[in-house]
Amino acid sequence: MKVAIASQGNTLEHNIDIQFGHCAFFVLYDKLTGALEISSNPFRDLSEQAGLQAIKWLAAKDVKTMIAGDFGPKIQALSDQLRMQLIILRKQDMSIQQVINLLKNQ
Amino acid sequence: MPRIKTPRKLSGMPFIKGFRPYGPEIDKLATAIMLHFEEYEAFKLCDYEGHNHHDAAKLMQVSRPTFTRIYAAARNKIATAFAEGRSIEIEGGSVYFDSNWFQCIFCGSYFNQPDPELPMTHCPLCGSQEVQSIEAEELNTLPNTK
Repeated sequence: MKVAIASQGNTLEHNIDIQFGHCAFFVLYDKLTGALEISSNPFRDLSEQAGLQAIKWLAAKDVKTMIAGDFGPKIQALSDQLRMQLIILRKQDMSIQQVINLLKNQ
Repeated sequence: MPRIKTPRKLSGMPFIKGFRPYGPEIDKLATAIMLHFEEYEAFKLCDYEGHNHHDAAKLMQVSRPTFTRIYAAARNKIATAFAEGRSIEIEGGSVYFDSNWFQCIFCGSYFNQPDPELPMTHCPLCGSQEVQSIEAEELNTLPNTK
Protein backbone atom coordinates (compact mmCIF):
# COMPACT_ATOMS: atom_id res chain seq x y z
CA MET A 1 0.00 0.00 0.00
CA LYS A 2 1.50 3.29 -1.07
CA VAL A 3 1.20 6.73 0.46
CA ALA A 4 1.63 9.87 -1.66
CA ILE A 5 2.95 12.98 0.09
CA ALA A 6 2.78 16.38 -1.62
CA SER A 7 6.24 17.92 -1.40
CA GLN A 8 7.70 21.33 -2.18
CA GLY A 9 10.94 19.85 -3.50
CA ASN A 10 12.65 16.68 -4.60
CA THR A 11 14.49 15.77 -1.39
CA LEU A 12 13.24 14.48 1.94
CA GLU A 13 14.42 17.69 3.64
CA HIS A 14 11.84 19.76 1.80
CA ASN A 15 8.61 20.64 3.54
CA ILE A 16 5.15 19.30 2.88
CA ASP A 17 3.24 21.31 0.26
CA ILE A 18 0.18 23.27 1.28
CA GLN A 19 -1.69 22.36 -1.91
CA PHE A 20 -2.23 18.90 -3.28
CA GLY A 21 -2.93 19.31 -7.00
CA HIS A 22 -0.35 22.01 -7.68
CA CYS A 23 2.46 20.67 -5.52
CA ALA A 24 5.95 20.46 -7.04
CA PHE A 25 6.75 16.81 -6.31
CA PHE A 26 5.02 13.69 -5.03
CA VAL A 27 6.91 11.42 -2.67
CA LEU A 28 5.52 7.89 -2.89
CA TYR A 29 6.25 5.80 0.17
CA ASP A 30 5.47 2.09 0.20
CA LYS A 31 4.34 1.14 3.69
CA LEU A 32 5.12 -2.56 3.24
CA THR A 33 8.56 -2.45 1.64
CA GLY A 34 9.68 1.00 2.75
CA ALA A 35 10.51 1.89 -0.85
CA LEU A 36 10.61 5.57 -1.75
CA GLU A 37 9.93 7.15 -5.09
CA ILE A 38 10.07 10.85 -5.84
CA SER A 39 8.49 12.06 -9.02
CA SER A 40 7.66 15.54 -10.23
CA ASN A 41 3.98 16.42 -10.49
CA PRO A 42 3.08 16.46 -14.20
CA PHE A 43 -0.08 18.46 -13.49
CA ARG A 44 1.35 21.31 -11.42
CA ASP A 45 1.00 23.93 -14.17
CA LEU A 46 -2.59 23.12 -15.12
CA SER A 47 -4.84 26.07 -14.43
CA GLU A 48 -7.64 23.86 -13.18
CA GLN A 49 -8.42 20.24 -12.31
CA ALA A 50 -4.80 19.57 -11.40
CA GLY A 51 -5.90 17.71 -8.28
CA LEU A 52 -8.38 15.52 -10.15
CA GLN A 53 -5.76 14.57 -12.74
CA ALA A 54 -3.21 13.93 -10.01
CA ILE A 55 -5.57 11.60 -8.11
CA LYS A 56 -6.21 9.50 -11.22
CA TRP A 57 -2.49 9.38 -11.93
CA LEU A 58 -1.69 8.32 -8.36
CA ALA A 59 -4.52 5.76 -8.33
CA ALA A 60 -2.91 4.08 -11.35
CA LYS A 61 0.29 3.82 -9.29
CA ASP A 62 -1.56 1.90 -6.55
CA VAL A 63 -1.59 4.80 -4.09
CA LYS A 64 -4.26 4.45 -1.39
CA THR A 65 -3.51 7.41 0.88
CA MET A 66 -2.63 11.00 0.09
CA ILE A 67 -1.09 13.55 2.46
CA ALA A 68 -1.02 17.30 1.81
CA GLY A 69 -1.51 20.57 3.62
CA ASP A 70 -4.85 21.05 1.95
CA PHE A 71 -7.04 19.59 -0.77
CA GLY A 72 -9.23 21.42 -3.24
CA PRO A 73 -13.03 21.34 -3.09
CA LYS A 74 -13.43 18.91 -6.01
CA ILE A 75 -11.17 16.24 -4.56
CA GLN A 76 -13.36 14.49 -2.06
CA ALA A 77 -16.04 13.14 -4.39
CA LEU A 78 -13.42 11.52 -6.62
CA SER A 79 -11.32 10.17 -3.77
CA ASP A 80 -14.43 8.64 -2.19
CA GLN A 81 -15.28 7.10 -5.53
CA LEU A 82 -11.81 5.58 -5.85
CA ARG A 83 -11.76 4.67 -2.15
CA MET A 84 -8.65 6.64 -1.44
CA GLN A 85 -7.85 8.21 1.89
CA LEU A 86 -7.03 11.89 2.35
CA ILE A 87 -4.93 13.17 5.23
CA ILE A 88 -4.85 16.92 5.83
CA LEU A 89 -1.71 17.89 7.71
CA ARG A 90 -1.81 21.54 8.69
CA LYS A 91 1.87 21.77 9.57
CA GLN A 92 3.82 23.51 6.88
CA ASP A 93 7.10 23.38 8.76
CA MET A 94 7.11 19.59 8.71
CA SER A 95 9.62 17.96 6.37
CA ILE A 96 8.86 14.91 4.26
CA GLN A 97 11.33 12.94 6.38
CA GLN A 98 9.35 13.75 9.54
CA VAL A 99 6.12 12.62 7.89
CA ILE A 100 7.72 9.35 6.80
CA ASN A 101 9.10 8.83 10.30
CA LEU A 102 5.56 9.18 11.65
CA LEU A 103 4.33 6.59 9.15
CA LYS A 104 7.18 4.22 10.07
CA ASN A 105 6.59 4.43 13.80
CA GLN A 106 3.00 3.21 13.72
CA MET B 1 -19.56 11.55 -27.37
CA PRO B 2 -22.23 11.25 -24.65
CA ARG B 3 -21.98 13.33 -21.56
CA ILE B 4 -20.27 11.63 -18.61
CA LYS B 5 -22.68 10.60 -15.86
CA THR B 6 -22.59 12.46 -12.59
CA PRO B 7 -21.62 9.97 -9.92
CA ARG B 8 -24.47 9.20 -7.53
CA LYS B 9 -23.98 9.21 -3.80
CA LEU B 10 -24.93 6.08 -1.86
CA SER B 11 -25.60 5.89 1.85
CA GLY B 12 -24.11 2.41 1.95
CA MET B 13 -23.52 -0.78 0.04
CA PRO B 14 -26.38 -3.30 -0.19
CA PHE B 15 -25.54 -6.28 2.01
CA ILE B 16 -26.78 -8.76 -0.60
CA LYS B 17 -25.32 -9.47 -4.02
CA GLY B 18 -28.61 -10.22 -5.77
CA PHE B 19 -31.74 -12.37 -5.97
CA ARG B 20 -32.54 -15.70 -7.62
CA PRO B 21 -35.98 -17.02 -8.56
CA TYR B 22 -37.02 -20.54 -7.57
CA GLY B 23 -39.55 -23.01 -8.94
CA PRO B 24 -39.55 -26.01 -11.27
CA GLU B 25 -39.89 -24.19 -14.56
CA ILE B 26 -37.33 -21.45 -14.37
CA ASP B 27 -34.79 -21.22 -17.14
CA LYS B 28 -31.47 -21.64 -15.36
CA LEU B 29 -29.58 -20.37 -18.41
CA ALA B 30 -31.41 -17.05 -18.65
CA THR B 31 -29.01 -14.17 -18.17
CA ALA B 32 -29.27 -12.22 -14.96
CA ILE B 33 -30.56 -8.67 -14.83
CA MET B 34 -27.90 -6.17 -13.77
CA LEU B 35 -29.40 -3.81 -11.26
CA HIS B 36 -26.97 -0.93 -10.74
CA PHE B 37 -26.10 0.23 -7.27
CA GLU B 38 -27.71 3.61 -7.89
CA GLU B 39 -30.93 1.90 -9.00
CA TYR B 40 -30.96 -0.20 -5.87
CA GLU B 41 -30.44 2.95 -3.80
CA ALA B 42 -33.20 4.85 -5.63
CA PHE B 43 -35.65 1.98 -5.18
CA LYS B 44 -34.76 1.68 -1.51
CA LEU B 45 -35.02 5.40 -0.78
CA CYS B 46 -38.45 5.72 -2.41
CA ASP B 47 -40.25 2.48 -1.71
CA TYR B 48 -38.63 1.29 1.50
CA GLU B 49 -37.71 4.50 3.31
CA GLY B 50 -40.62 6.46 1.89
CA HIS B 51 -38.83 9.54 0.54
CA ASN B 52 -40.35 11.45 -2.33
CA HIS B 53 -38.30 11.93 -5.50
CA HIS B 54 -37.33 15.46 -4.56
CA ASP B 55 -35.76 14.50 -1.22
CA ALA B 56 -34.24 11.28 -2.53
CA ALA B 57 -32.58 13.17 -5.40
CA LYS B 58 -30.91 15.47 -2.89
CA LEU B 59 -29.68 12.49 -0.88
CA MET B 60 -28.09 10.99 -3.98
CA GLN B 61 -26.70 14.34 -5.18
CA VAL B 62 -28.42 14.23 -8.57
CA SER B 63 -31.17 16.34 -10.10
CA ARG B 64 -34.81 15.40 -9.56
CA PRO B 65 -35.39 14.39 -13.23
CA THR B 66 -32.25 12.25 -13.19
CA PHE B 67 -33.42 10.59 -10.02
CA THR B 68 -36.78 9.81 -11.61
CA ARG B 69 -35.02 8.21 -14.58
CA ILE B 70 -32.86 6.05 -12.30
CA TYR B 71 -35.93 5.06 -10.30
CA ALA B 72 -37.90 4.19 -13.47
CA ALA B 73 -35.01 2.04 -14.69
CA ALA B 74 -34.90 0.26 -11.33
CA ARG B 75 -38.61 -0.55 -11.39
CA ASN B 76 -38.42 -1.68 -15.00
CA LYS B 77 -35.54 -4.04 -14.25
CA ILE B 78 -37.16 -5.50 -11.14
CA ALA B 79 -40.46 -6.00 -12.99
CA THR B 80 -38.64 -7.68 -15.89
CA ALA B 81 -36.90 -10.04 -13.50
CA PHE B 82 -40.21 -10.94 -11.86
CA ALA B 83 -42.12 -11.40 -15.09
CA GLU B 84 -39.47 -13.37 -16.93
CA GLY B 85 -38.21 -15.33 -13.94
CA ARG B 86 -34.67 -14.05 -14.22
CA SER B 87 -32.24 -13.48 -11.42
CA ILE B 88 -31.04 -10.04 -10.33
CA GLU B 89 -27.43 -9.11 -9.73
CA ILE B 90 -26.72 -5.86 -7.96
CA GLU B 91 -23.53 -4.38 -9.31
CA GLY B 92 -21.97 -1.60 -11.35
CA GLY B 93 -23.05 1.95 -11.92
CA SER B 94 -21.41 5.25 -11.30
CA VAL B 95 -21.50 5.69 -7.54
CA TYR B 96 -19.48 6.88 -4.58
CA PHE B 97 -19.87 6.91 -0.83
CA ASP B 98 -19.71 9.77 1.55
CA SER B 99 -16.72 9.22 3.79
CA ASN B 100 -16.53 10.11 7.45
CA TRP B 101 -13.89 12.54 8.70
CA PHE B 102 -11.75 12.26 11.81
CA GLN B 103 -9.14 14.26 13.63
CA CYS B 104 -6.12 12.84 15.42
CA ILE B 105 -5.64 14.51 18.78
CA PHE B 106 -2.01 13.43 18.97
CA CYS B 107 -0.58 14.72 15.68
CA GLY B 108 -3.37 17.15 14.76
CA SER B 109 -4.01 15.76 11.30
CA TYR B 110 -7.43 15.42 9.70
CA PHE B 111 -8.27 12.34 7.66
CA ASN B 112 -11.21 10.48 6.20
CA GLN B 113 -12.24 6.84 6.12
CA PRO B 114 -13.11 5.97 2.52
CA ASP B 115 -14.41 2.49 3.30
CA PRO B 116 -17.62 2.91 5.34
CA GLU B 117 -17.55 -0.73 6.38
CA LEU B 118 -14.34 -0.42 8.38
CA PRO B 119 -14.25 1.29 11.77
CA MET B 120 -11.64 3.98 12.32
CA THR B 121 -9.54 2.96 15.29
CA HIS B 122 -6.20 4.67 14.84
CA CYS B 123 -4.61 7.59 13.05
CA PRO B 124 -3.26 6.52 9.64
CA LEU B 125 -0.34 8.89 10.07
CA CYS B 126 1.05 8.44 13.57
CA GLY B 127 -0.87 5.36 14.69
CA SER B 128 -2.31 7.08 17.76
CA GLN B 129 -5.62 5.70 18.96
CA GLU B 130 -6.86 9.08 20.12
CA VAL B 131 -9.03 9.96 17.16
CA GLN B 132 -12.31 11.82 17.24
CA SER B 133 -15.03 12.02 14.65
CA ILE B 134 -15.71 15.42 13.10
CA GLU B 135 -18.40 16.74 10.78
CA ALA B 136 -17.40 17.23 7.15
CA GLU B 137 -18.61 20.84 7.36
CA GLU B 138 -15.93 21.61 9.96
CA LEU B 139 -13.26 21.06 7.31
CA ASN B 140 -14.30 24.26 5.58
CA THR B 141 -13.52 26.24 8.71
CA LEU B 142 -10.16 24.72 9.60
CA PRO B 143 -7.69 27.06 11.29
CA ASN B 144 -5.30 28.36 8.69
CA THR B 145 -1.63 27.87 9.41
CA LYS B 146 -0.31 30.39 6.90
